[in-house]
Amino acid sequence: MSVALAMQYATFVVEDLFFGIDVLRVQEVLRYQEMTRIPLAPTVAEGLINLRGQIVTALDMRRRLGLEPRSSERLPMNLVVRTEEGPVSLLVDEIGDVLQLDQADFEAAPDNLSQAARELVQGVYKLKDRLLLVLDPDRALEVNEFLEARPAGSN
Amino acid sequence: MREFILESTENLNRLDSEIVELEQKPADKDLLASVFRTIHTIKGTCGFLGFPLLERIAHQAENLLSLLRSGEKRATPRVIAVILECMDAVRKILANLERTEKEGPDEYGGLIDRLSSAIADPEDVPDLTAAPQEAAPPEAERSSAVSESAIRVDVGLLDKLMNLVGELVLARNQVLQFTNQKEDGALTATAQRLNLITTELQENVMKTRMQPIGVVWNKLPRLVRDTANACGKLVRLDLDGAGTELDKTIIEAIKDPLTHLVRNCCDHGIECPEERVRAGKTPQGAISLKAYHEGGQVNIEVADDGAGVDVVAIKAKALEKGLVRPEHAERMSEHEAMQIMFVPGFSTAKTVTNVSGRGVGLDVVRCNIERIGGTVDVSSTTGKGTMIRLKIPLTLAIIPGLVAASGGERFLIPQASLLELIRLEGDSAGRIESVHGTPVYRRRGRLLPVAFLNRILGLENTAQGDLVNIVVLQAEDRQFGLVVDGIKDTQEIVVKPLGKQLKGLSVYSGATIMGDGRVALILDVLGIGQRSGVLANRESQNHAAAQVTAATGSDNQRILLFRAGSFSRLALPLSLVARLEEFPQSMVEHASGRQVVQYRGGILTLVSLASVLEPDSAPNSMLSRDPIQAIVVADGQRSLGIMVDQILDIADETVTVRQSASRPGLLGSAVVGKEVTDFLDLRAVVEAAAPEWLERQSQCQSAAILLAEASPFVRSLVRGELEMAGHRVLEASSTEEVLGRLEARAVNLVLAAADLPPKGFAGLQNALKQQHKMGGIPVIELAQSSGSREAMFRSIAHLASALTSDSPAGAVESVEGQG
Repeated sequence: MSVALAMQYATFVVEDLFFGIDVLRVQEVLRYQEMTRIPLAPTVAEGLINLRGQIVTALDMRRRLGLEPRSSERLPMNLVVRTEEGPVSLLVDEIGDVLQLDQADFEAAPDNLSQAARELVQGVYKLKDRLLLVLDPDRALEVNEFLEARPAGSN
Repeated sequence: MREFILESTENLNRLDSEIVELEQKPADKDLLASVFRTIHTIKGTCGFLGFPLLERIAHQAENLLSLLRSGEKRATPRVIAVILECMDAVRKILANLERTEKEGPDEYGGLIDRLSSAIADPEDVPDLTAAPQEAAPPEAERSSAVSESAIRVDVGLLDKLMNLVGELVLARNQVLQFTNQKEDGALTATAQRLNLITTELQENVMKTRMQPIGVVWNKLPRLVRDTANACGKLVRLDLDGAGTELDKTIIEAIKDPLTHLVRNCCDHGIECPEERVRAGKTPQGAISLKAYHEGGQVNIEVADDGAGVDVVAIKAKALEKGLVRPEHAERMSEHEAMQIMFVPGFSTAKTVTNVSGRGVGLDVVRCNIERIGGTVDVSSTTGKGTMIRLKIPLTLAIIPGLVAASGGERFLIPQASLLELIRLEGDSAGRIESVHGTPVYRRRGRLLPVAFLNRILGLENTAQGDLVNIVVLQAEDRQFGLVVDGIKDTQEIVVKPLGKQLKGLSVYSGATIMGDGRVALILDVLGIGQRSGVLANRESQNHAAAQVTAATGSDNQRILLFRAGSFSRLALPLSLVARLEEFPQSMVEHASGRQVVQYRGGILTLVSLASVLEPDSAPNSMLSRDPIQAIVVADGQRSLGIMVDQILDIADETVTVRQSASRPGLLGSAVVGKEVTDFLDLRAVVEAAAPEWLERQSQCQSAAILLAEASPFVRSLVRGELEMAGHRVLEASSTEEVLGRLEARAVNLVLAAADLPPKGFAGLQNALKQQHKMGGIPVIELAQSSGSREAMFRSIAHLASALTSDSPAGAVESVEGQG
């Protein structure tokens, strides 16, 4: 197999979904950070964190994928992703290993994947014991359609 | 005019140095040309503005210089001296102009003679062999002096410095917070020093990047002149706030947009002189630029006094170009329609000129301004002009902010928008009232719309106890109060932009990192105001304000303030009060179950106000008060003494609010002297105290008055006073309604507003004359100001008594005699 076709993926878990993201797009991984919530913001935007003096928006992947909210005793991990407009943090349940995967095992996302998840998934890697969903980071960070989703406060 | 003086003074300053230079390099053609141009400009403007003396001097100087330029003369020191003398004379005349708008008494005859003789003098004929070579040394000297005091610095480096200082400020904040927790003298001292140095460093680094907006504006007068000439228009340019400093990158970014906008004003905004004259304006149009800081932003307004935006033309053009669908165009508001102007390729100019009209411009303006995070807004009044407002945020700027808490979160409010802080404790906390469901607070007698931050942001209510903190903010030209749970501190904050996921949130202008390392959001005052709705209904507010002014006029009403029983502040218009008296307790006698005193050869019935207002309460201590204070109200020979606890004051002011009465005996409440005051219903008091008096009064004094006024507010205001005087009041809002009412009911008197729809007071009179049987009813014009209103009420009282006894005609005559 050609090495040139192999890609490295940082993996993470959201509920029972196993995701991978191009490792070159990942800036860093952080344990739970204190967050400042953002009233009136789209619900996906969980809060703002202070990343060494930089203000980074944290997006909750559970909400982004349309899943149940995280139970309160379980603190999310931060997966900080590089974007053109600066870093953005994805809140995930668990962080996994970095995997080197072969293009040959790649396949398009199955049709029966939930609509919310399929939007963000570029495709699937068939691993030995489980499937890895490849996250499209740019799609994942696209939350404009969720703007004003949270009901406005009564004035 | 002012611009001319400013511009000329600038030119003169430059001329001075140029002429001096010319003296050293008499053969420098470029220099000569430049001097010649400058003088020519001054001369041209003088002639245009009509300053003959100035023009004559400048003209002679120009003649002399033209000889120099053509090489027919040499710039000898003598010639230069004469030219410099000219400059001084011009400067003196300009100073006179600035002070008195006249050129001054001095004729400068000698100077003009000297100028002419210098022109005629053959001595200065050039010696062509003497080619001066001494130019080089001073040139080198000068440039080296400049290079010693300034160096070129890469803007990228300044950016980096600025970022680092921002980080330093945040680190400093954190250090200060830690220091406060540890009580270590040496550490505190060091931290303080760090604090001072950081602040100073920050200020200076900011300064390195700041430039006054005048740098960009300097090019505009010329641009306006050229553009106006090209379009055949007369345009004046006013610049205000040229000293407003902006970050260099922003200055660069707004240069082109501003040029576009000003050019647009010239070409599209200002009309041709003939058109302007036809519209009743001065032939010369004005473009004004204004720059100022507001709420951590810089506002730049470009306004003209031209024809305004033709919304209909825009819609038509947009339809023609297929930019909007017909049904959409129908529904579009003016503001929306104006946004079409910013669509690429859109132009309403009837003809394409070399200046504008190619449909490239406003879209570029918007694009450039939005690229630096600013906004463009346009407002326009047909026939009055157009204003385009640019709002440019100061990203990366470090600004002072107020830390406020609400809903368990901390928020920062830019101090620039902060006007004052109000803290209400205990009972006063309930002083936030509601007008049509909108919370308001009475701040020094004026209503301040109030919004609750936690409600705006959809946060839980975490306010504790009965403490209310109101942050009074200024957004645009309006003020509102923002209720927060607590106010913590003020802090220097580094404004950091929010990520693109949060760009749609207008309530925040950014975020910052606090001393404890946590992130806090910075509120956008304008966005908060708009979201809460306190800034939205501006028109209606203005309308209401106009009505109040219409009702009470510019001058004030005189109101007697007093206290009785549990009512700490009662009021009665002074016009209803005959006298204020004090009687010793010993004078009080009893007759037919009433308290009376002998007074001015008669008997004055006394009534305790407290017992009228609160009949159920225990007998008041008033009788033990010695002497008794009484307000005497009189009607012809009869008088009534109203006993009160204390006369407080006589207020002389405009009554601003009126609320309906909560209990009998009171007409309602209003704010008088910054405090809520209950207005006494004199009629009810008299009814309770001396019913037989009122009976007689209603027979003889009370009249049925038809109050005709379009505004319901004014109607209710005047109605209150009329009823207080014991009259029955009917209302009508137009001439037609008046006629209808008169048909149905017997009316003694019509009180009509001067501007009664549809044809005013005179229209009503005519209408009444035509109706034969109504011709006899007297009509009085409703006074607009309170001063004349007192006179009006006197005539009504007079008329009313006359009407009910004598013939109406006689009464009218007597009123006219008074008037």
